[in-house]
Amino acid sequence: MTAITRDEVAHLARLSRLALDESEYDTLAAQLGDILTAMAKVQEVAKGDIPPSSHAMPLTNVYRPDEARPGLTPEQALAGAPAVEDQRFRVPRILGEEE
Amino acid sequence: MSDVIRLSAAELGVAIKAGEVSSVEATTAYLDRIEKVDGDIGAFLHVGREAALEQARAVDAKRAEGAELGPLAGVPVAHKDVFTTKDMPTTAASKMLEGWQPPYDATVTARLREAGMVILGKTNMDEFAMGSSTENSAYQLTRNPWDTDRIPGGSSGGSSAAVAAFEAPLATGTDTGGSIREPAALCGLVGVKPTYGGSSRYGMIAFASSLDTAGPFARNVLDAALLHEAFSGHDPRDSTSVDAPVPPVVEAARSGEIQGMTIGVVKELDHKESTQNGVHQRFRETVETLESLGAKVVEVSCPSFDAALSAYYLIAPSEASSNLARFDAMRYGLRVGDDGTRSAEEVMSLTRAQGFGPEVKRRIMLGTYALSSGYYDAFYGSAQQVRTLIKRDFEAAFEKVDVLVSPTTPTTAFPIGERSEDPMAMYLADLCTIPSNLAGNASLSVPCGLAPEDGLPVGFQIMAPPLADDRTYRVAAAVERALTERDGSLIARSPYAVA
Repeated sequence: MTAITRDEVAHLARLSRLALDESEYDTLAAQLGDILTAMAKVQEVAKGDIPPSSHAMPLTNVYRPDEARPGLTPEQALAGAPAVEDQRFRVPRILGEEE
Repeated sequence: MSDVIRLSAAELGVAIKAGEVSSVEATTAYLDRIEKVDGDIGAFLHVGREAALEQARAVDAKRAEGAELGPLAGVPVAHKDVFTTKDMPTTAASKMLEGWQPPYDATVTARLREAGMVILGKTNMDEFAMGSSTENSAYQLTRNPWDTDRIPGGSSGGSSAAVAAFEAPLATGTDTGGSIREPAALCGLVGVKPTYGGSSRYGMIAFASSLDTAGPFARNVLDAALLHEAFSGHDPRDSTSVDAPVPPVVEAARSGEIQGMTIGVVKELDHKESTQNGVHQRFRETVETLESLGAKVVEVSCPSFDAALSAYYLIAPSEASSNLARFDAMRYGLRVGDDGTRSAEEVMSLTRAQGFGPEVKRRIMLGTYALSSGYYDAFYGSAQQVRTLIKRDFEAAFEKVDVLVSPTTPTTAFPIGERSEDPMAMYLADLCTIPSNLAGNASLSVPCGLAPEDGLPVGFQIMAPPLADDRTYRVAAAVERALTERDGSLIARSPYAVA
């Protein structure tokens, strides 16, 4: 049984950059606990020195030729931006007041 | 109009090439059909009438100039809204990307255009391809043409519903844990997950990059093979794309010869208890049919498949939590709460909480948990070890057999709303399809009849080694031929069939 607490949900939400309503915490705690309990089955099977697979068909060092090719114009790149200023992406402040 | 719509994609391609039908006529017929029935079905998020007709006119002009046309030139196709299109919005059925117009085409999109195919519009899906019923779309429900109170499967449910309702002869989809094969099975279609890396992921909005695979939907095996061939093959823009020729899928689909092949029934995916009676019955009958056609049938055990679902629902959310970090409200997509008082991080968190739906949030948090310090080894690490065991089970099985078979799904299409509040029940729909995603091998679903108890389509799954996709088409063509000779066309019995 993998139990997930409200505090853990709050911590995961913070790591995931999701400003959840506190009303969502209890539902998510129960659902994540149920899902993780079921998925913990992997721990019964995965034992000893079995190597992990991150990929179905492992490929290494896939390079393309280093050739110039057309890219997006600034107008195209900025076309979907929420806010633009002087041909740049305008973003909210990144540093705190004291920094 | 119904004359054109009744044709298979292969026949339509031949008719256009011969000048018997123009692409504009075919495209107009399908656009009118969408206008007529999509209010009932809800398959499309966007219909690109003008863009489609423009492409159709271009193909007709090329033909008039005497240019050689390919087998699908001028043939319409419905395109899953997970592929970027520079002339149509692309949303992945998420509020996060509402109204987003990509500045570039996905490789699959570009290849459809190069083949002269006409993109009718973009189809509904579970948000960011996470789901098995298309109920997780932020925009609309899609209904199963066989019974409009039921789900069409997912995540590519808009594509499966569009083809089953004769709103398009062909459609694209993506399959991360079964998102092509499951909706194909539930809508009575052929749906294919090619070998991982056999089709390009460039411009395909990422869910779980080590699993995501683009593939075709069609009303018959040959049409699926033609579309498979049209958009597959090596792409230098996708570093996981396999640098090998496309397997001879069209030739295999035309052949259907299975004399002397050895077919393995996967013991772990053939549970009488956990499978709907009619699904199990049609599956066993189809295995007998293959035996009567000259194949040798054996039972094969793949013991680690029992843990495949668990491994998948750790690996896929882990990759998703990383992939979806790009939706940060800075460069494109939704931005919420930027009123000059909030920091970038606060805006990001507010935007993601509003822009993502419940299933996407659940999976991001699940993945974040599985990857976090203290739990990584027990969850993500163990799941990766299970992935190795599943690959080994497949490799051992393919030393003894040419293909493996199972039902595609444990049940037929379920009622809308039945599982939407119970994530674990929903996840079980992917039980039989997931092993092929984890191992990356080729896998296909072909209709094998209707379940006697509910009259809904049943899918038969055929799995082959990586890059042996042609074997799945060969066996599927045999199933299709035998079934059609016995019962006539299955899809023609759909209430939305144009016959």
